[in-house]
Amino acid sequence: MRYLPKSPADRRAMLNSIGVRSIDDLFAPIPAEYRLNRDLKVPRQMAEAEIVDWFRERARETGADHPATFLGAGAYYHYRPVIIDALISRGEFLTAYTPYQAEVSQGTLQAIFEFQTMISELTGMEVANASMYDGSTAATEAVMMAARLSRRRSVVVARTVHPEYREVLSTYAAHQDMPLVTLPYGESGRLDLKDLERAITEETACVLVQSPNFFGTIEDVAAVAELAHRKGALLVVAIAEAVSLGILEPPRQADIVALEAQSFGVPLGFGGPYCGVIATRMQYVRQMPGRLVGQTTDRKGKRGFVLTLATREQHIRREKATSNICTNQALMALMATIFMTVYGKAGLEELAKQNLAKAAYAAEQCGKHAKVLFSAAPRFHEFVVQTSEDPRAINNRMLGHKIVGGLPLKKFYPELGNAALWCCTEMTTRTAIDTAVGFIAESERSVKSAPETDAEEVAR
Amino acid sequence: MKHPTRKATRHVNQNEGLVFEKSSPGKTAWKLPPLDVPEVDTERLLGASRRTDLGNLPEVSEIEIIRHFTRLSTWNYAIDLGMYPLGSCTMKYNPRVNEVVSRLEGLANGHPYQPEKVSQGALRILKTLSECLLEITGMEAITLQPAAGAQGELTGLLMVRAHHQTKGDPRKKILIPDSAHGTNPATAATVGYAVENLKSNAQGMVDVAALSAQMNEEVAALMLTNPNTLGIFEQEIHKIADIMHAKGGLLYMDGANMNALVGKVRPGDFGVDLMHLNLHKTFSTPHGGGGPGSGPVAVKQFLEPFLPRPVVITQPDGTLGFDYDRPRSVGRVRAFYGNFGMFVRALAYIFANGPDGLRQTTEDAVLNANYIRKGLEGTYDLPYPTPSMHEVVFSDKLQAKQGVRTMDIAKRLIDYGFHPYTTAFPLIVPGALMIEPSESESKEELDLFIEAMRSITEEVEEDPEMVLSAPHTTRVSRLDEVAAARNPVLRWKPQG
Repeated sequence: MRYLPKSPADRRAMLNSIGVRSIDDLFAPIPAEYRLNRDLKVPRQMAEAEIVDWFRERARETGADHPATFLGAGAYYHYRPVIIDALISRGEFLTAYTPYQAEVSQGTLQAIFEFQTMISELTGMEVANASMYDGSTAATEAVMMAARLSRRRSVVVARTVHPEYREVLSTYAAHQDMPLVTLPYGESGRLDLKDLERAITEETACVLVQSPNFFGTIEDVAAVAELAHRKGALLVVAIAEAVSLGILEPPRQADIVALEAQSFGVPLGFGGPYCGVIATRMQYVRQMPGRLVGQTTDRKGKRGFVLTLATREQHIRREKATSNICTNQALMALMATIFMTVYGKAGLEELAKQNLAKAAYAAEQCGKHAKVLFSAAPRFHEFVVQTSEDPRAINNRMLGHKIVGGLPLKKFYPELGNAALWCCTEMTTRTAIDTAVGFIAESERSVKSAPETDAEEVAR
Repeated sequence: MKHPTRKATRHVNQNEGLVFEKSSPGKTAWKLPPLDVPEVDTERLLGASRRTDLGNLPEVSEIEIIRHFTRLSTWNYAIDLGMYPLGSCTMKYNPRVNEVVSRLEGLANGHPYQPEKVSQGALRILKTLSECLLEITGMEAITLQPAAGAQGELTGLLMVRAHHQTKGDPRKKILIPDSAHGTNPATAATVGYAVENLKSNAQGMVDVAALSAQMNEEVAALMLTNPNTLGIFEQEIHKIADIMHAKGGLLYMDGANMNALVGKVRPGDFGVDLMHLNLHKTFSTPHGGGGPGSGPVAVKQFLEPFLPRPVVITQPDGTLGFDYDRPRSVGRVRAFYGNFGMFVRALAYIFANGPDGLRQTTEDAVLNANYIRKGLEGTYDLPYPTPSMHEVVFSDKLQAKQGVRTMDIAKRLIDYGFHPYTTAFPLIVPGALMIEPSESESKEELDLFIEAMRSITEEVEEDPEMVLSAPHTTRVSRLDEVAAARNPVLRWKPQG
């Protein structure tokens, strides 16, 4: 086997020096009745070329030739500068362990310290952790953190928070005695502030909103914060699209920000691995879950970095830890750090502006033929289009032209009828927008005269 | 003008500052294509939501970024540089073909919500990996969704709870051996269970009599790592399973040490009801400096209805799809389907090995650990003489007489070119040196390691101060962790 650095002679010599006759002697502790005396039924050993071929075929079956996509909804297609992979592929980053041994881990530690700094700056918070699994678990952990801080249990959640984030939250909350109150959205596609005011009680630990929310609409975070804080509740703001921070005022009034940083140079990768992160105020840091890197000095007074405040963590506190989380997404955080460094202060703003402009153009064009919902409130780069025909049928026709249309919302928001969530980024060309809008226009023109199609059938 | 002569003591790349300290307004490393749609008036579109200041983000050029991160990288130890004998962490070779296939267009750029008919390749990867992992573990159903081992534990315990609740018997306690990883009790607490400690016996195994006494109808499950963190196979595993099952409890296996078993024995065959795997340990996905992990959970059929949703199914027309209609599911533990990029790598690893390679890998891992044990026995105290599987735990008892502790020896090991072993864990061994070589080390590398460890014990006798002040060859010397925690500086701020 090509990954194993031993010759048969090496193995024999080692067995001799251990003082056993065969390798089986070393497995003697396993009761004989359980030992596996056959080959595992997994595919036979493959050559490297065969492995590459097999996966190339799977890649082809996964739309490798479908570059135009209007899907967003928590996973965004942005350009990834090539130096990201060039740098993260260095074995010293890729094949290093968690930096517990600081003297031989300064590269990872300093990079995470830079990540924490940039995320703090972008989110308008005082401190950020070394990353979490993803946006959904970051939002969930942020809510649990708010419950510890406020010593209250009840949670008010906007229905405009990503439906899968809410699912994760309810999975965790169900076993933590944390009742969830979900609030509907108003006409503008935003949380209705009057509903919110009524929903917050003396028991409310925190309010969770997402901004831009699942519909791409920007929530009035300042007003939400005001209502939450008035009754002693904390505000947790989830941000699923990190690029929005280049042009949108960050939620400075929030107590905790739960960010998905996938947009910062992490590949879409069919949903993971991504890069969640929690940012907060310094006064709350000791209730924050996840790893943290801090600055210190060595014995000669030289600046260096270490993992710190570990007394919050499971390997020290066991069942009294702030969270059971053990890993962070270090490699993804490194991708994000490099991405933020490449774009920097001016580039991130320009990038966000392009995203805004593309979506504004696309929404305007769609609006000429179909109904664009929630246009009263400002939005970033996603918008909801309501068509006469089931969007799955329209998408299916577009797919024939190698365009992946917006996300049909029936599964998550059945009350919106034939609605789909469209997303444009700097990767979306005007040509693709015009082509897609053409399909919508065509659908609207023909839908009344055409016979009913079985949307279920065509959409699969 | 004449400069005073200065002695260059360190190469510039050893003094790389923070990236913010190189920043200067106007330097750039980016260029966007021209906008092909009309410009927008951001003030008009966004109003009060328009951001005016992005704060202290760096402004640097591309070459500076390349140098910055390349220089930082050289300050890391890594598997690619040498042996990483971290017990319980399984630092094995991360094959490069895994990286290549995970970056193939389509797999790297697939959107989680793209239509199933253009996701068949990704779904096939999920299904094939699932089938391989079920065969390897001897289990019957699986979820790949958990993002890491600790989240796998959480998913597993949610399923344990759902099982008991379905029987109208919600139980309150989880039993956890005192040798367990910290995530086990932390997870049980997160799920709302009380944790009850289980003492190990003199052989370093579960005390079956104690288990018998502690097991009752309040106990939902036992979380057992097998081989345990001492590297010892629980030889009475059949009795342990029987005791749990007789009183309606479940046996959860923490699969952190599955690399000692693959191809030799299957947990599903020795009474385990559910278990998680760490793809970043046993299945070679890179640790990447602390993540991403991936923690699939494999279960017996009776727990299948409780798996997180969605699950992959074969549809009547033969294509693959996701089934969300799972009314008894514990719910969702992460958005989308888990750390897909890690599934690609793990499957590529399984393909590269095949059944023979997987078995040989396990045998070599156990051979390596026993070779180290033999080489260091007598030089270091071995608190549990029970046979070792893939790792061995010594203590610093002999060296402590000179005031040198496990952490000091570990730091001195750095000067010999090795990463430290795991220190001070498991907690049941005071001053533990927990050593796991993995299968990726050659005999030559192991001999060097043994020699280094022996040499350090001589230094402990001759010059303990030298060991106490190690490492001496790294860019920074021992760092003040106490000061870091007392006065936390968690981000850079501009001077003045």
